[in-house]
Amino acid sequence: MELTTGAGVLPGVRDGETDFVALQSPENALTKTLSEAINYARKNSIWPVMMGLSCCAIEMMGTAAPRFDLARFGAEVFRPSPRQADLMIVAGTVTKKMAPVLRRIYDQMPEPKWVIAMGACSSCGGMYNVYSVVQGVDEIVPVDIYVPGCPPRPEALIYGIMQLMKKVGREPVF
Amino acid sequence: MSAVDLTKLEEIIKNKLSEYFGSGFEGTEIAHGDLMIRVNRDIIVPVLEKLRDDPDFKFDFLSYLTVVDYSALGREPRFDVIYQLLSTTKKHRVRVRAAVPEDDPYIHTAVVVWGGANWMEREAFDMFGVIFRNHPDLRRILMPEDWEGHPLRKEFPLGGVKSFYFKRASDPYAGEPSNLVPRIRKQQSDI
Repeated sequence: MELTTGAGVLPGVRDGETDFVALQSPENALTKTLSEAINYARKNSIWPVMMGLSCCAIEMMGTAAPRFDLARFGAEVFRPSPRQADLMIVAGTVTKKMAPVLRRIYDQMPEPKWVIAMGACSSCGGMYNVYSVVQGVDEIVPVDIYVPGCPPRPEALIYGIMQLMKKVGREPVF
Repeated sequence: MSAVDLTKLEEIIKNKLSEYFGSGFEGTEIAHGDLMIRVNRDIIVPVLEKLRDDPDFKFDFLSYLTVVDYSALGREPRFDVIYQLLSTTKKHRVRVRAAVPEDDPYIHTAVVVWGGANWMEREAFDMFGVIFRNHPDLRRILMPEDWEGHPLRKEFPLGGVKSFYFKRASDPYAGEPSNLVPRIRKQQSDI
């Protein structure tokens, strides 16, 4: 199904992703539920908080840099303050000493918020099966998307963010 | 390879240290191209000061300080505190060892000799529980402050003592599940 307005194909809306109902009218009017409109805005403008803990952070920076250009998906605005962010990409090894800090930053993020566990370490502890490392960041915060890899390629992280965008689009707002 | 004549240096160290410290100096050894001195832990500070200040030695740099746990070999006393010294002017190195027993694991701090020993001794205390007497700030440096145990001791299990589970009371799924099992996978090397 091609979604069209009077002006042509609606940009940014792909087939099968949403239940948009586009009505052609002389004024190019578009009707949809408020929930869908809010989710459309949310998922296309995800602001991640800087949570680079080790080598995965380098790939995360590469993802945001021009070659892979996370800006194509609206998620390039890495915020140093959790108050301005709605996504936490946990990129790297979470030690038990870092765990309370990470949880605190997560608590400071305003709702709604999502978490991507990037890489083997934050997904399950990775190769650090030892006393000092948290065996998966899901023991501290709820995780939405796990991105495997050691470290994952930028393409993998972008795919994870796209999966998260799909998930955000399905979430009920009210 | 360094051009330093180790046997000559060993002779000088033997003569001078046994003259100054008597029985507290427990001997030297050359193995794998390294010179090693063994001393009693109670005279470690004067020995290090002598090695730093004597014009024949001039060990002006403490390149590393660590501890070895020999309990797996059943050795008594259990620990060795090890100082790796380097002379930047005379271009020679030496390793100083002092044995520390388990029941009273203390040694005197080397911070008064080299300021750089401060954090290295904090790490040695953190990992092995060796007490460095008169240390200005003997706190844990790597592990969290409320950590129990000393991880590099041989009896410390590799996966940690207890399961790590961190939730807030405000979480919708708060409270430890009744069937909580440690997320650390068991390993062959766990004691």
